[in-house]
Amino acid sequence: MATVLPRSFVSRRLHSLLGVIPIGAFLIEHLIANYSAVGGPEKFEATVRWINSLPFVLLMEIFFIYLPILFHAALGVVIAFQPKNTLPNYGYFRNWMFYLQRLTGLITLIYIAWHVWETRVQAALGQPVNFEMMKNILDNPVSIAFYVIGILSTVFHFSNGLWSFAVSWGLAVGPRAQRQMTYVSAIVFVFLSYVGLMALFAFIA
Amino acid sequence: MSRKITLIVTRQDGPDQPPYKETFVIDYRPNMNVIGALMEIRKNPVNAKGERVAPVAWEMSCLEEVCGACSMVINGKARQACSALIDKLGDTITLEPMRTFPVVRDLIVDRSRMFEDLKKVKAWVPIDGTYDIGPGPRMPEVERQMAYELSRCMMCGVCLEVCPNVSPRSKFMGAAIMNQVRLHNTHPTGAMHKHERLEAIMGEEGLEGCGNSQNCVQACPKGIPLTTSIAALRWETTRYSIKKWMFS
Repeated sequence: MATVLPRSFVSRRLHSLLGVIPIGAFLIEHLIANYSAVGGPEKFEATVRWINSLPFVLLMEIFFIYLPILFHAALGVVIAFQPKNTLPNYGYFRNWMFYLQRLTGLITLIYIAWHVWETRVQAALGQPVNFEMMKNILDNPVSIAFYVIGILSTVFHFSNGLWSFAVSWGLAVGPRAQRQMTYVSAIVFVFLSYVGLMALFAFIA
Repeated sequence: MSRKITLIVTRQDGPDQPPYKETFVIDYRPNMNVIGALMEIRKNPVNAKGERVAPVAWEMSCLEEVCGACSMVINGKARQACSALIDKLGDTITLEPMRTFPVVRDLIVDRSRMFEDLKKVKAWVPIDGTYDIGPGPRMPEVERQMAYELSRCMMCGVCLEVCPNVSPRSKFMGAAIMNQVRLHNTHPTGAMHKHERLEAIMGEEGLEGCGNSQNCVQACPKGIPLTTSIAALRWETTRYSIKKWMFS
């Protein structure tokens, strides 16, 4: 493959693609599934049971979630530390988005690592995944603040990443198309933030 | 009491010397630009402490913002000194070299990396051969107008200076170089070697090195649609890579 297409071309485009499919798709699924907690513990646990009843659920986790995230994170950390600083001298909107995309990427990585440890790893060690589990995790203000920052950071990284995806693949080329893509990403950010935070607060209430 | 202008210049005595700041105070003159201010220093190279020092070194040529030689960082922003008017800058002005490039002396930088990169991406139209290949295809007027906008680049290097991804830790060649690829791929005869230029910019030295901060298009003194050039080439490479992956 490397002889057909340059290595860095393949890895960078893969990085961009994986962020949307499957990682972004999984993020949307995950946030919407969690939103069922708004309907009460029974609704949430029914959703959890349904997901766990799917065939090949571990294979899907490995190939659609773990491996893509590991690749995206590994290359992402490299990309995040490449730039030189151009703020605040060139404080344009897109430059701030550029900076925030890298910052939220790093925050999201720490958040996901912690979140996976508290939930998926504990589940693998035998702890049942239910409403109680999340309620116990979120029983103190520090955890709540960490989860609020983590959710907003993840959703921002995905929403702004959708914009970068459209530009990086040449789908939004001119200034008008790119501006409209900014509006789309802003709507996605607001909607997914609402879904994510409502689910979070459902576990606290 | 006549109006005074304070210039704080980041100086450097040679390529491997440490940078230092030096302050100069000069008399204000109406319609003065930064070049004029630097010429005042050259006439009487005495710093604010009253010490006689070596005059500040800088480059200039056209004095009408078409050559790019006098590009430097003025009040924190990269631009040409010739079109930087003192009246619009305030009474205290900072001047720094564009440190994305190796500093030769004071405000003079070595921008030869851009020339090397133009060679890497084959930013020319090959017409030489062993026999007369005749006239090339005609160019549609709308494309000529678009290409003219792109051709106004003077290789000043401002877009590299303002780009976060043109850094010591990245291989990105910069927006000006990408724009030259689009310009030469638009030319009807140049388009015959389109694939060679696309191949040269497919990796992280090229398009994939761009992080979409879009500072380039904000800073470009010629108003060239640099981000549109980059995104248009992204689409070209998307198509080209799919074609190449599937059919070669």
